[in-house]
Amino acid sequence: MQYLISVIHDQAGLATPEEDAAIDVFNERLQAEGHWVFAGGLASPSAATVIDNRGEDAMLTDGPFLESKEYLAGFWIIEAPDLDVALKLAAEGSKHCNRKVEVRPFL
Amino acid sequence: MTRIDVREAITQAHHEEWARVVASLTRRFGDLDIAEEAAAEAFATAVQRWPADGVPPNPGAWLTTTANRQAIDRIRRENKRDDKHRKAQMSYDDPPEPLGVIDDDRLRLIFTCCHPALAMETRVALTLRMVAGLTMPEIARAFLVAESAMGQRITRAKAKIKAARIPYRVPSAEDLPARVSGVLAVLYLVFNEGYLATSPGTDPLRPELTAEAIRLTRLIRALLPDDGEVAGLLALMLLIEARRPARISAGGELVSLDQQDRGTWDAALIAEGHRLVRERLAAAAAGVAPGRYQILAAINAVHTSARDMRDTDWSQVLALYDQLVRLDPSPIIALNRAIAVAELDGPEVALAAVDRLEPRLARYHAYHATRADLLRRLGRGRESRAAYDKAIDLAGNTAETASLTRRRDQLR
Repeated sequence: MQYLISVIHDQAGLATPEEDAAIDVFNERLQAEGHWVFAGGLASPSAATVIDNRGEDAMLTDGPFLESKEYLAGFWIIEAPDLDVALKLAAEGSKHCNRKVEVRPFL
Repeated sequence: MTRIDVREAITQAHHEEWARVVASLTRRFGDLDIAEEAAAEAFATAVQRWPADGVPPNPGAWLTTTANRQAIDRIRRENKRDDKHRKAQMSYDDPPEPLGVIDDDRLRLIFTCCHPALAMETRVALTLRMVAGLTMPEIARAFLVAESAMGQRITRAKAKIKAARIPYRVPSAEDLPARVSGVLAVLYLVFNEGYLATSPGTDPLRPELTAEAIRLTRLIRALLPDDGEVAGLLALMLLIEARRPARISAGGELVSLDQQDRGTWDAALIAEGHRLVRERLAAAAAGVAPGRYQILAAINAVHTSARDMRDTDWSQVLALYDQLVRLDPSPIIALNRAIAVAELDGPEVALAAVDRLEPRLARYHAYHATRADLLRRLGRGRESRAAYDKAIDLAGNTAETASLTRRRDQLR
């Protein structure tokens, strides 16, 4: 079972070097314990471009699809047997990256 | 067997076997939805068949077998329609269970329904449906929610449990205390709504809800006999429930503790509650620190041991509140502590303590009602009346509004 752990943030600016170091420690643990699938930090929402190619031409729009105070700052994809394990790991992740996180199961 | 006997047998089987049937089917089929529907169908079949065929010698086994058959039929029907339909299954049964944790399907069911990833109101609804066996209309009525909205809430909860894989499992020993306290919070909420209904749209006291909460807490007590807070909550509920006959006057007003006819209190419930409190006092004497429900139960044991208000050991009550405040700094506890202070040190000292809570309790009717009573005792009639007005404005319970109104009008 895979879960997406989204990192939610509401301020501009990237992780501090201390936060980055803590995230590295957590990532190593995820790998060592077999939970690791993938993870990454994202550039600020202002770097996003939305594309809609359902019509004749691809429509490009500058900026994120949703303007909001809170935005997705990064994510983990983890492997966990059930939600209890996923929630424990997400709680650890929140502590290490010093941000709020959301846990959502993959289908 | 008469028709009434059969109906009673079905009611009794429903009380005793519903949770067991749902729980064992959930484990077998890994799906709450299938378990709930099959259990409901099995009971419907019993209602049809038992009056003609007689009550089976082992109703629980009959119901489980019937429900199992219903579930298998449904799965066969669905598999024909869509083979992939049931690929998402709940996970359960991690080997081996941690030491000291009793293995019972019903306990797994309770922990799943009260999972912290579900909203509190969802936990309450799910527990009343899956564990207590209340019907959707009953639950909707209990919380004044439209039946369709309640149905949706439960459907969404079942879908989340399945999609997010909320496990069907008794939590590990390390997580158990926090998870048990989550379960107890659900039961206490159901009990409190029955003890003092929050809305003017229902009866002021709702014994069906307090009875259900007590029944579920007894079940958890049977499953987790060593948990002090479970014993504490059960004792607390019993000692409060014991006073129910005295809590509403003939005129439909809520009667405060000092005015209650203590002769109408339920002696059997009090005796049982006191036994549990003594059991926890012995544990505390042996060095096990009591939690908040145990302390609240002890406070209620002091009240139910007294012949009247004056006979009450208020210094004992205050000492227990002091202990509780250290554990739970909530302003509501501080408010109740002030009531004990009034009995020991007088209304003036108590009022000063109550006034300090204003920033946090200005929207709470009991804060204004307590102030009003203290001001009345101090002879400050005009201020007292103003405080009663605020309390009446904020109170939702009809019997409480009636009692506050009378006390206010007596000030004239």
